[in-house]
Amino acid sequence: MSTPRPFKTYVFILLMVIFGPVGNTLLSKGMKSVGAITGRSPEQVLALGEKTLSSGTIWLGIAFMIGFFMAYMLVLSWADYSWVLPASAISYGTVALLGHFWLQEPVAPIRWAGILIICVGVFVVGRTPDRTTQHQKDTV
Amino acid sequence: MLEFILFLLIMVSGTAGELCVARAMKRVGEVTRFTPGGIARAFGQAVRVGWLWLGVLLMAVGFFSLLGVLSFENVSFVVPVTAFSYVLGTLGGKLFLGEKVTAQRWAGVMLVIVGVALVIIGKH
Repeated sequence: MSTPRPFKTYVFILLMVIFGPVGNTLLSKGMKSVGAITGRSPEQVLALGEKTLSSGTIWLGIAFMIGFFMAYMLVLSWADYSWVLPASAISYGTVALLGHFWLQEPVAPIRWAGILIICVGVFVVGRTPDRTTQHQKDTV
Repeated sequence: MLEFILFLLIMVSGTAGELCVARAMKRVGEVTRFTPGGIARAFGQAVRVGWLWLGVLLMAVGFFSLLGVLSFENVSFVVPVTAFSYVLGTLGGKLFLGEKVTAQRWAGVMLVIVGVALVIIGKH
């Protein structure tokens, strides 16, 4: 199945914007339940690692991050990295919304303003051509 | 100090890893078939490119640094701060991948920096 470039670009950016923030939020929730890093001895780091890998939330977060990474790799097969990177920054807003409403984390108004400006920057970048280099092969 | 080192690893190692993955995918070529077989074939080609493995290694370092930071910082602070990697990524795209970064693209990146600065001010 082949889809026109603009459509598939939007689809994969959308997948990245969903999978990435949800994955990050799940990882955050998982790490909060695991607890903060309290020591730096090998035993303490190993114990923290074991506790981290036994968390179902962490594994769910990793699954979402794998979904994000797959979408990311596919879109990079035709679009510039310097275009994809900022275009996917809309996820900062998603992260703040998830953090605020799901994890009940405080988000100050100035941070919301910062996120809004980041999104404006993303919009400006998004209006430039998404591909400026010739890839070594045409299609897979 | 630990927080600073982890943030540095998230940004530098993470961005370098992404640039390596982007280089690998440029070598694979445009994916146009989104069937399970088509996607598997694309990934099958990608895993034969050395840049992908270097990229995954560097991204893993960035990822575990992210996990470390998330154990004591809020996600809505951590993720926006890592937006500094946009500058590194744009520079890398130009210098390492040969992409044409126009004045408009840089203007967008500058707005991102301003946004990140506000996010940091909001934290403190």
